[in-house]
Amino acid sequence: MKAVCWHSAHDVRVETVPDPKILNPRDAIIKITSTAICGSDLHLYEGNIPTMESGDILGHEFMGEVVETGKEVKNLQKGDRVVVPFTIACGGCFFCQKDLWSLCDNSNPNAWMAEKFYGHSPSGLFGYSHLLGGYAGGQAEYARIPYADVGPLKVPDDLEDDKVLFLTDIFPTGYMAAENADIEPGDTVAVWGCGPVGQFAIKSAYMLGAARVIAIDRFPERLQMAQEQGKAEVINYEEIDAGEALKEMTGGRGPDRCIEAVGMEAHGTDAMAAYDKVKQGVKLETGRPTALRQAIVACRKGGDSVYSWGIWWLGR
Amino acid sequence: MERVDSSGTITATTTEEIINSPLVIRNLQQRSLQEVLADYSQKPKPKETNLVDQVAEAVGLTPNIQVEKTVTIDRPASELYNYWRNLTNLPNFMKHLKSVTNKNEAGTVSHWVANAPLDLNVEWDAEIIADEPDHLIAWNALGNADINNCGLVRFQPATGNRGTQVKVVLEYQPPGGALTNAIAKLFGESPQEQIGDELNRFKQLMETGEIATTTGQPKGPK
Ligand SMILES: NC(=O)c1ccc[n+]([C@@H]2O[C@H](COP(=O)([O-])OP(=O)(O)OC[C@H]3O[C@@H](n4cnc5c(N)ncnc54)[C@H](O)[C@@H]3O)[C@@H](O)[C@H]2O)c1
Ligand SMILES: [Zn+2]
Ligand SMILES: [Zn+2]
Repeated sequence: MKAVCWHSAHDVRVETVPDPKILNPRDAIIKITSTAICGSDLHLYEGNIPTMESGDILGHEFMGEVVETGKEVKNLQKGDRVVVPFTIACGGCFFCQKDLWSLCDNSNPNAWMAEKFYGHSPSGLFGYSHLLGGYAGGQAEYARIPYADVGPLKVPDDLEDDKVLFLTDIFPTGYMAAENADIEPGDTVAVWGCGPVGQFAIKSAYMLGAARVIAIDRFPERLQMAQEQGKAEVINYEEIDAGEALKEMTGGRGPDRCIEAVGMEAHGTDAMAAYDKVKQGVKLETGRPTALRQAIVACRKGGDSVYSWGIWWLGR
Repeated sequence: MERVDSSGTITATTTEEIINSPLVIRNLQQRSLQEVLADYSQKPKPKETNLVDQVAEAVGLTPNIQVEKTVTIDRPASELYNYWRNLTNLPNFMKHLKSVTNKNEAGTVSHWVANAPLDLNVEWDAEIIADEPDHLIAWNALGNADINNCGLVRFQPATGNRGTQVKVVLEYQPPGGALTNAIAKLFGESPQEQIGDELNRFKQLMETGEIATTTGQPKGPK
């Protein structure tokens, strides 16, 4: 089959690789019908995630049609359309039973590696480094799904791919940011970043009771989408100082809830940002938390700041 | 009796307390696990001390390698005990073992073959010297072992009814000479990590019925 393979920073190619096989009784193989590129893939592309190996198949946002099931998979059948969550979860451990799927104890075969880095291991992920399981991803024609009796969601025929694909990662990520922000009715919510995570955070904030959402980015087309589809007010931080604008727009109090949906390659215009870039360059830090810092400063007293780039494994 | 030592840590004094304590190796207090297990099981094994051991003992060092690792498994102790008690199951999740075969019907004496580098087989016979259903299994290598070793596995209900804490304590004595290197590599560069990995695999098997793997999945050219 054809698959998108990582080779090194800035070197990603479509290659011909062997088809995946069932390796465990709870596996399934799916034929991919849609797959997406995530903001998180950019961290791999930039070479900022350790333990990638040349030839690794990328992709953690995908869906498709079941073509084969292991002998313990009873809930899926050949021909079922499924959308696959990017966190691989066993369904049986302490964490899975508490609905903390991204913290599954059993799905990372390289847990010892993650324990070295983080103290504990999160779940395994598709296409996201050996530290996080080393599982081949879904930017390919076929993929192997471990614990296929737990993760995949069956999709009714009348929902087209584009309507459900975002359930793999990006919609739940934006939703969870809004959920973690503990939004109360009447709140004003500020969202940094109008990428896919930010766009979903905006919509989710309204779903969870926000009265007003203010979105911040510098790309006009993204701000336009936030405005038109998300019904947010927008700030282009290249044109005005976002911190001051937020204060002015909220009667001096600051937004009640602040959501950072930018991630670790935040673009910055101030001196601190340049300093972060240097630290990142010498690997003192792998992130540049410009937007996060801004969000903390802007937020009203006693408000909540939530950041998104580590969410999947903080699991809250 | 347990007492609190100067650092504030509860210290076990009887062999039974040592074996059931939260930090077994720490509570051995310079004794070898083998000695403590011999006391506990009242199946003393004569210790063949060689010159190196004597010198090491005289200067207060123990040449033994000791590792201890604990994992919590969401299954009843009886189920975990039963799986482990059939020692022939161990190679299913312990990568460093090639095979374990029983030498008697009760399964109390067994023959262990470990995967050593360079096609060297490291082998020994072991005897179960303590067997407490749903709680503890301890074993000791018998004479003529390529590597003198012993170990215990302990199952204790986790606080708050949250599964079973499974603790493994292993001790082995590198034999010196040509085998030392091979044996050092048996447990990888960090024995603690390797045992942790093997316990994770035991947990996966018990909680999910399979061991998480990527071996055999597709990969692009290097
Ligand atoms: N489950 C998860 O944990 C999860 C899932 C998806 C994405 N993420 C992370 O979330 C982050 C966002 O993902 P995405 O797909 O939306 O990425 P993206 O790169 O498409 O969007 C990020 C946006 O932030 C904007 N931005 C950069 N610096 C800014 C600043 N200082 N102030 C305001 N805006 C700024 C950029 O212009 C861009 O539009 C990434 O870091 C990604 O890794 C986490
Ligand atoms: Zn993603
Ligand atoms: Zn789990």
